[in-house]
Amino acid sequence: MTINESARIAPKLRDPAWSRRVFWALALLVLMWPMLVLTEFKPWVLFEGDSLKPTLKFLGDFFPPKIESEFLWLVFRETWRTVAIATAGIALALLVAIPLTLISVRVLSISALTGRMSPAASIARQIVRWVLILLRSVPELIWALVFVRVVGLGPTAGVIAIALTYGGMLGKVYGEILESGDAHATTSLLRNGSGRMQSFFYGLLPQNAAELTSYTVYRWECAIRSSAVLGFVGAGGLGQQMDTSMKMFAGAEVSTMLIMFMLLVWFADLVSGWLRRNLG
Amino acid sequence: MLTVASFWTLDLQWAKFFSLDAMKKMGKFIAELTNPTFESAFAKKLVIASLETLAMSALGTLIAVVFGLLLAVPASKSHADDRALWRTPTRLILNALRSIPELVWAALLLISAGLGPFAGTLALGLHTTGVLGRLFAEAIENAPPGPAQSLRVQGVPEGRIFLYATLPQIVPQLMSYTLYRWENNIRAAAILGVVGGGGLGQMLSFHMGLFQMQETSSILIAMMLLVALVDALSYLWRRAMQR
Amino acid sequence: MRVDVIDCAARHPVAKLDAAPAIIGLTMRFDAGEQVAVIGPSGAGKTTLLHVIACALKPSSGRIELAGSDPWQVDARALRALRGDLFLAAQVPPLPPRQRVVTAVLAGRLPNLSLWQSIRSLFYPAQMELAADALSRFDLDEKLFDRVDRLSGGERQRVGLARGLVTSAKLLLVDEPLSALDPTRSEQAVSALTTAARERGATLIATLHQVDTALRHFPRIIGLRDGALAFDLPASEVTPEILRELYAQKLHELAGPAIDASSFADTPAAPTQPAVMHCR
Repeated sequence: MTINESARIAPKLRDPAWSRRVFWALALLVLMWPMLVLTEFKPWVLFEGDSLKPTLKFLGDFFPPKIESEFLWLVFRETWRTVAIATAGIALALLVAIPLTLISVRVLSISALTGRMSPAASIARQIVRWVLILLRSVPELIWALVFVRVVGLGPTAGVIAIALTYGGMLGKVYGEILESGDAHATTSLLRNGSGRMQSFFYGLLPQNAAELTSYTVYRWECAIRSSAVLGFVGAGGLGQQMDTSMKMFAGAEVSTMLIMFMLLVWFADLVSGWLRRNLG
Repeated sequence: MLTVASFWTLDLQWAKFFSLDAMKKMGKFIAELTNPTFESAFAKKLVIASLETLAMSALGTLIAVVFGLLLAVPASKSHADDRALWRTPTRLILNALRSIPELVWAALLLISAGLGPFAGTLALGLHTTGVLGRLFAEAIENAPPGPAQSLRVQGVPEGRIFLYATLPQIVPQLMSYTLYRWENNIRAAAILGVVGGGGLGQMLSFHMGLFQMQETSSILIAMMLLVALVDALSYLWRRAMQR
Repeated sequence: MRVDVIDCAARHPVAKLDAAPAIIGLTMRFDAGEQVAVIGPSGAGKTTLLHVIACALKPSSGRIELAGSDPWQVDARALRALRGDLFLAAQVPPLPPRQRVVTAVLAGRLPNLSLWQSIRSLFYPAQMELAADALSRFDLDEKLFDRVDRLSGGERQRVGLARGLVTSAKLLLVDEPLSALDPTRSEQAVSALTTAARERGATLIATLHQVDTALRHFPRIIGLRDGALAFDLPASEVTPEILRELYAQKLHELAGPAIDASSFADTPAAPTQPAVMHCR
């Protein structure tokens, strides 16, 4: 009997992927263990009497939501403050982002027209890029924590926090948008002796205006979400009120505000979608 | 116009912000921030908190993948004759989960899960379930219908059709969404602790509360490293998936 | 399984609702265990006929009977049970690109497996021998653990046929099984199909472009033209005159199969991912 024949007689097939699958399943289990320990993953805690009872009571209070006119007025005012913080934050973020973008955009470089960019200009651009990275890599919540310490509780910290983080994000994306487009019109303006600002306003900006506004509006929508969250560290708005109510276990108030928040997010989504369609 | 109204109605304390006092505080903050501490006892705590944050983000994402997939199936209309009775209610649930930010979930969960990383993990899981559930449902609806139809003609029940025809087609897309959300969740996990959700954030708010800016600065550095690490892992994973 | 087609009319599976019917007033009968080839110029309604018999398409008028019962009159449960006894192989088998051949073939067993068995089979393929045997009849056994998207069009088509062989179907409906195969492979594939159908006593109905292959392998030939029955004869009585009449004005198709290149432009590209926009 040849080897070939014996192989045919014993056609017990084995899935070649099996050992690999077992390995990955085991690896996952081995990884899961420390993860479960580190996160103190104990779902049964949720169902123990002394945590279940307050939870149920709290959730029970959710219905009906509190709709006394005085409280509703307060919620409306805080919602407006949330929107206002976001709007003011974005406005300041633009003040941060636009100059930095103008410096960092390569297309507007005069020295780069003749081949290489001059070293000083190139270093300046690099520094601006690093500043933008630094600004946006610190979450707005952390900026808010810092500024709450500096200027005290209230919307000021929220506005500045949004301005800084979103300034960083806007600056980066503006740069990308401006550099991705066709640079021909702009460079020819620069070559013909126009200044940077002239070639920006007559070459680069009209070309990319729709995309830039659309992105800004989209970021504004994001800022509304995050300004609501910033309240939890004391930066004013809906979040701060929600935090207070939660600490008092006032389920009905929390429920009203959650509904309000969802409506706000939904509304912002709607408005931003409409704006982007009409501007784009 | 909205902007003007915003500035006008907010009682912004610019005077306070630009006051000498605030400037001095800022100056001191920044000076200390540029001087991180890595004293060994503290460094050990920092490493543990970082691992905790990493575990929170990974486990939260994993929970979200499981529940997101479970909810995405009823939330999608898989073929033309599918009446998809559950589509609207499930989508409503997913939207509700999604529209409440992680941080608010964490604050809400403190009551039932107590202070600590467990609340944070659940919060990440809940919010991400909403996000991934909707993305998954869209992936299911956009999957090429051919393979599913050929099994349906054979009389295979819907559940098995999903496992053998729809799921294998959308796995790459699901993985890419999941990795993308994981990148997001590590950033969220880092700050969840501020409301008591465990991990680096909890440490940060503690030290910042005591104005220990050197420690704060080390924590911030740890956060950035963690974010960079997850981004790199996710990038490698994506590249491995391309094959 | 016995099949009765009674005065059936239907539109092409992917046609619009107001399109003209692809078959009109067809009446024919297939006995259990019969092997029949359906031939005719393109557009004659061959694919539509197969889809109607496979209960994949509800006839717009007339009815069909499978083993004596009308599938569109019974309840959903009975229809599903009935469908478990059918197998329809599409011309371009729609297989998930990243699935492995073994899984793709064994998917044909799904009507026979419980939910639990089919889940387990995803992790470790059960009844691999069945798949290996079916593939070896098409000379594909070494591709058992390859991924579907690594196969050529012809290999994929044969994998689709192999799926039919692992089912317990009593009625095999095969649409243009040879459209992507060279002559040698075609011979092999057709004899594998007819042999397998004979072994299990299943009815085999195949649409074919290759008239000579059809005449050689199938005892009964049905000619379709413009959605109506042109002839229904034993293979021995099909004369060149009859064929010429069937393919009148489309004689080039009689000479050589019209391989529709566009239908084999490989699997459709994965749908482009929707742009995800999220804060952060």
